[in-house]
Amino acid sequence: MSVKEATKTAPAPVRATPEPPRPAKGERAWDEAPRWQIYLPLGIYLLFTLIPFYWILLFSLRPAGSTSLVPWPVTFDHFEKVWTDRSFGTYFANSVLVGVATLLMTTLVALAGGYALARFDFRIKRGFMLALLCSQFVPGALLLVPLFEIFAGLQMINSLGSVILAETVFQLPLSMILISNFIKNVPYSLEEAAWVDGCNRMTAFRIVVLPLLRPGLIAVGSFAFVHSWNHFLFALMFLNNQDKQTIPVGLNSLMSADSVDLGALAAGGIIAAVPVVLVFAFIQKWLITGFSAGAVKG
Amino acid sequence: MAQAAAVAKPPAPPRRRRASATPRRLPYLLIAPAALLMLGFIAYPVVSVFYYSLQNYNPTKPWRNGYAGFDNFVHAFTEDPVFWDTLVFSAKWVVVEVGLQLLFGLALALIVNQTFVGRGLGRALVFSPWAVSGVLTSAIWVLLYNSQTGITRYLADIGIGSYGTSWLSDTSTVFPAAVVADLWRGVPFFAILILADLQSVSKDLYEAAEVDGASRIKQFWHITLPHLKDAIILSTLLRAVWEFNNVDLLYTLTGGGPAGETTTLPLYIANTSVDAHNFGYASALTTVAFVILLFCSMVYLRLSKFGGESK
Repeated sequence: MSVKEATKTAPAPVRATPEPPRPAKGERAWDEAPRWQIYLPLGIYLLFTLIPFYWILLFSLRPAGSTSLVPWPVTFDHFEKVWTDRSFGTYFANSVLVGVATLLMTTLVALAGGYALARFDFRIKRGFMLALLCSQFVPGALLLVPLFEIFAGLQMINSLGSVILAETVFQLPLSMILISNFIKNVPYSLEEAAWVDGCNRMTAFRIVVLPLLRPGLIAVGSFAFVHSWNHFLFALMFLNNQDKQTIPVGLNSLMSADSVDLGALAAGGIIAAVPVVLVFAFIQKWLITGFSAGAVKG
Repeated sequence: MAQAAAVAKPPAPPRRRRASATPRRLPYLLIAPAALLMLGFIAYPVVSVFYYSLQNYNPTKPWRNGYAGFDNFVHAFTEDPVFWDTLVFSAKWVVVEVGLQLLFGLALALIVNQTFVGRGLGRALVFSPWAVSGVLTSAIWVLLYNSQTGITRYLADIGIGSYGTSWLSDTSTVFPAAVVADLWRGVPFFAILILADLQSVSKDLYEAAEVDGASRIKQFWHITLPHLKDAIILSTLLRAVWEFNNVDLLYTLTGGGPAGETTTLPLYIANTSVDAHNFGYASALTTVAFVILLFCSMVYLRLSKFGGESK
């Protein structure tokens, strides 16, 4: 990031005039908008963001048939029902497995590939980069049929492996581009210094580059996790047995039931949301630094 | 362990290791796993979609299977009114969604880029729908739009709308209702990408502009917007492709209904292949979708002169 910032600041005009006076305490600085210009639109947008979340929480906690706008008395019946009767316990475990496996595979494969793209010049590099970019335009949903046939040929229909593989493959291109940009931001001279000190390439990478990559890896890994946790069509297509299904498919079946049980749907939605929202809240800061460092623009 | 011993030896003379030379096969080894996965699960399926598009291929009607030439394409363009409807709706959906997301996303990013009390929490809250899936978004908005207990009921209480209307099953309201639901999680995505780029604008530029007496609006037009140009172009393009391709939300929110009113081309393709098992026809439609995507993104990149200069 520091390298990039340095190049960004370089063309800034040299200031001949003295710095503007620092604002006194309580007064706003020159680069700050008036308070109401921040809080008013933000407040309105927050309402738009939070009302839907509140709504689903409300439906999941209040007894069936209640029209109160406050979930009181609180009941956890919907959660119990969804978790056991609607097998969300199983779905949850499957989704965790798919999410974690996709995260690990994507990060490892993208790390190897990203290192090659960042540190080496090789003959097919340009072609490979082009293939990565083009694959962004390939809609996963439209490849369902050939993918189904491939997995049928590999005897992987109805195994979570098929979903993990498909999710990983569709996460790879962007992850690899991001990781290679992160690695480019780590000065090569640091690695070379480690070699001179007697490390081989692998150890130099592990002790010098890897720690500096942490924000980037967190961004990429969490992306992979959240995407595979949320993605619906692959699981719907490749998994037939109920005990192999993932959470989004479970949610869909709650929605398409003949008479929708709103309480159950809301509870299922909360169960689906909690892991990703937690992951997100935790990594939010790294995500933005990760993005500005890894710069999707390349 | 041997390594640890080697490090422990104090006066280890700096030796030139194999590592510092550039091994010729190493980069190929490193990209091999990614390349193989992508060949097998993206490139090969793409090719087979092109192949199937020229076939009659329907597992439920195997007696008709075989080479079909361009029949599937001819059928789509001349005999299938649904195809044209889905094309029109796809265009409408992408333009409206991406346009509004860009507008609101930019505004939101500019706001949360300011320093203010509670910024961290504010950011976390307004960005949180980004983490939510298409299916979950549908679930949430199905609850909100529910005709009996949804927000419509409470709006009717204060005189907006009427009881018992479901915005998702009425052809006149389903489009805005779906747009709003998708905006809910689409705006944060845009805002995050733009915010990431906003943070790399040099403060010096603004200070200099301030000293020169440029107004905030002028600063926005002449400093912020030009700086954000590439990020905006790329995120708009990515988002447009994504909104076009995404099936999760509409599939579960409206199922393409009422009366096919919200069926995008990819949704039609999914229905044709998954429900109707007409794989040959679905592949032909997929090919059409590819060509459209490719064409639009090339035109867009050319018009915006993105990537014109070598990076």
